[in-house]
Amino acid sequence: MLLAVLSGFLVAASLLFPGRPLKGKGAVLLTLLPAGLFIYFCSLLPQAAAGERLFFHYPWVPAMGVNFDFWLDGLSMVFCLLITGIGTLIFFYASSYLKGHPYLDRFLGYLSMFMSAMLGLVLSDNVISLFVFWELTSITSFFLIGFNNDSEASRKSSMLALAITGGGGFFLMAGLVLMGTVAGSYSVQEMIAGNALMKNHALYGVICFLVCAGAFTKSAQFPFHFWLPGAMKAPTPVSAYLHSATMVKAGVYLLARLTPVLGNHPYWSLTLMITGGFTMVYAAVHSLFRTDLKSILAYSTISALGMLVFLTGVGTGEAFTAMAVFVLVHALYKASLFLVTGVIDHETGIRDVTRLSGLQKVLLPVAVAGVLAALSGGGIPLTFGFIGKDLIYEATMRAGNAGLLTAAALLTNILLLYAGFVAGIKPFTGRLSEAFQDVHLPPLSMWLPPLLLAVAGVVLGLFPGVLDVPVVGPVVTAMQGTAEGIHLHIWHGFNFTLLLSAVTLVAGVGFYLLRKPTHKAELTIGRLGFISPQRLITGAARGVIRFSDWFTILFQNGYLRVYLQYIVLFLTVLLGIRYLGEGRPEISVSQFSEITVYEGVVSGVILLAILVTILTSSRLTAIASLSVVGYCICLLFVFYSAPDLAMTQFTIDTLTVVLFVLVLFKLPAFTKISTTAVKVRDMVMAVAFGTLITIIALEVLEEPVNKEISRYYAENAYVLAKGKNVVNVILVDFRGLDTMVEITVLTIAAIGVFSLLKLKINPAEKE
Amino acid sequence: MEVILAILIGVLYAAGIYMMVRRSLVKLLIGLILLGNGANMLIFLLGRITKGSPPVIPEDARVFAEVYADPIPQALILTAIVISFGLQAFAIILLKQVYIVNASDDLDDLNPIEEEI
Repeated sequence: MLLAVLSGFLVAASLLFPGRPLKGKGAVLLTLLPAGLFIYFCSLLPQAAAGERLFFHYPWVPAMGVNFDFWLDGLSMVFCLLITGIGTLIFFYASSYLKGHPYLDRFLGYLSMFMSAMLGLVLSDNVISLFVFWELTSITSFFLIGFNNDSEASRKSSMLALAITGGGGFFLMAGLVLMGTVAGSYSVQEMIAGNALMKNHALYGVICFLVCAGAFTKSAQFPFHFWLPGAMKAPTPVSAYLHSATMVKAGVYLLARLTPVLGNHPYWSLTLMITGGFTMVYAAVHSLFRTDLKSILAYSTISALGMLVFLTGVGTGEAFTAMAVFVLVHALYKASLFLVTGVIDHETGIRDVTRLSGLQKVLLPVAVAGVLAALSGGGIPLTFGFIGKDLIYEATMRAGNAGLLTAAALLTNILLLYAGFVAGIKPFTGRLSEAFQDVHLPPLSMWLPPLLLAVAGVVLGLFPGVLDVPVVGPVVTAMQGTAEGIHLHIWHGFNFTLLLSAVTLVAGVGFYLLRKPTHKAELTIGRLGFISPQRLITGAARGVIRFSDWFTILFQNGYLRVYLQYIVLFLTVLLGIRYLGEGRPEISVSQFSEITVYEGVVSGVILLAILVTILTSSRLTAIASLSVVGYCICLLFVFYSAPDLAMTQFTIDTLTVVLFVLVLFKLPAFTKISTTAVKVRDMVMAVAFGTLITIIALEVLEEPVNKEISRYYAENAYVLAKGKNVVNVILVDFRGLDTMVEITVLTIAAIGVFSLLKLKINPAEKE
Repeated sequence: MEVILAILIGVLYAAGIYMMVRRSLVKLLIGLILLGNGANMLIFLLGRITKGSPPVIPEDARVFAEVYADPIPQALILTAIVISFGLQAFAIILLKQVYIVNASDDLDDLNPIEEEI
């Protein structure tokens, strides 16, 4: 199972090597990957349907409760079959659609990685690994959406998709971690077992919000829906795959998966019903105003997703059944319609529905696929869509508040039927225009996949019974525990549901016949753009970018002294607050040693020399007084029993001064750059900092001192290292290696100095 | 005496910081040296000061018989002095080259013209 999940990544990695042959005829071979996986999952279908526990455990970080636990139940089975089944057709289709594209291998690599990520997502029992795969789908879909990376619009859409789904990912992660903390386990199964605990927990509302935010962004629910139409910039096979069966259904899957844990609670149901319901109506209305085929499909997809979320929220057995069936219905007809659109786009180069007509004369098999898919999508009797629609009405009518819910579903279904007809039937009816006379049928690999999907939609409509027990039943079991009395029929008898279906049909078809999509309508809705969620959210994103610009320039402005000022000020303020808060530190002067005359004189000279260094306007004076400071410190070392230090300081100070003087006349004279105000400001800051250092030093002197290490060195200097000068012994013996590294550093510095001295740069060439 | 040394260290730090936030390259370097001296003195002081008893074992003994100055801070400071000399030497020469190329001591002139981020 682990191999099955990760195979896509392995294949993608292996694609790096063969390269060229794959871009040609070899590309179609990759279809074997999803096809093989599809067969594998089909072979597991009887076991899953029989309710057998298919659980695969692979430890990852067991100490933290994070494992690759794959759990194949009814719900994940449906998604696995969709992912691999439709995936097979997409791979097959893409190998022709992008034939001769220079990056075909790259494309197929992304696609197989994406497929693997999706499989991992729907199979994970451990919510942490689920989240990892969730993010992987966001990342791989980013590459797929932005595949035409030479187009700016494409790049922007992929960024937008990543920003929205990735942002939702943060919420989801927080939600999942909280759930894990509350349940004490990251396993979904264990969470289901302890769901009472979850629902009564104080954090239930927060968890609910976070999980929903994650799922809604992924599944393009209002107000995060706008990334999906943008994602239509992707090559059509990607749109077909991402938006019919996989990516956007991930959110729906997550909600369905967590329904047994979080569901059956007013927060959960209301959130899903309101968001899903609003999204389905909103997007369905929007689809009326589009003329681009893919845009129409995009909005109808959002609407269908809204429907799925809505049904999950209704939360009855009928609703779950309807949801399970509608997932299949939608995947089949939407993938088919997208692929049909792809063929039209590929052959005519046009996606504007107002300009397309009569294509059935040149693209007959595609036309059949388009019409069948549109019929199924519209819920015409004898298609699978009809059964789905029936179930939806049954679910809404038996839920509380039936009138409102049914009305919303009715309106959505009418508009969805209209959108499906416009996308699937309109391009193929009417008179064939001159421009399309020489359009010819693409190769089999491009018209067969949509046709297969569309025919499947009809066949399943005729024989819905084949799905009862193996597929739909287990899904409902996964969501509510039991699946009593789930049977799919073509005919439900004369009842109110049938009437609703009839109303949908008549209204939808009538609407299709009377209304034609126009550019005028598209422009009208475009004027409302200023209050659209997209505008608001991208505006907020721009605000964040401006803020970070400002923030960066404030702190990383490229002026060394400003960095220094920030550091010093921060430290001063931090320590200053501590001293102000805790009162004055106690310093007892009594135990300090006395001040002798020569110590006092040397200290005074140092102070004087420092002042001169700071205030002088002559370079020579500054350097001379700097050396006075150094020599005086040298004297202090002599006073306080550090002969080695005194010698070193003396040598080094002399060398520094010599170096300075050597290059002195090549150095610039001090010029007055800063204003007095700036100088005063810096001086205040420096004095405050110096004062703090003094206080700290005095405070530390109050603390007892631990001389254990010093004692060790002192006692062993002669005994172990045969040396009497302890400082020397430490440097060359006990810590000899450090000294060697130090010598290396000095050598490097010397080489640097030497080469800089030899370097002759002509000022004219400095650019 | 410790109080005076502590004040001295404070003054060295203050002077060092003050010089480092000047716009002149030479002053930056002088500030760095002052700050380095201050840091050395700080380490020295915190290791406690002892008069007239260097950490050298007498000729005729194997271990110290009486009180001795702490050798560890001295070893640390010795390393610090040497390393800071490496830095100073490199910086002085670098400074000279920078001045030859740019003909300016003002650090702000070295910043490239603000580019659009």
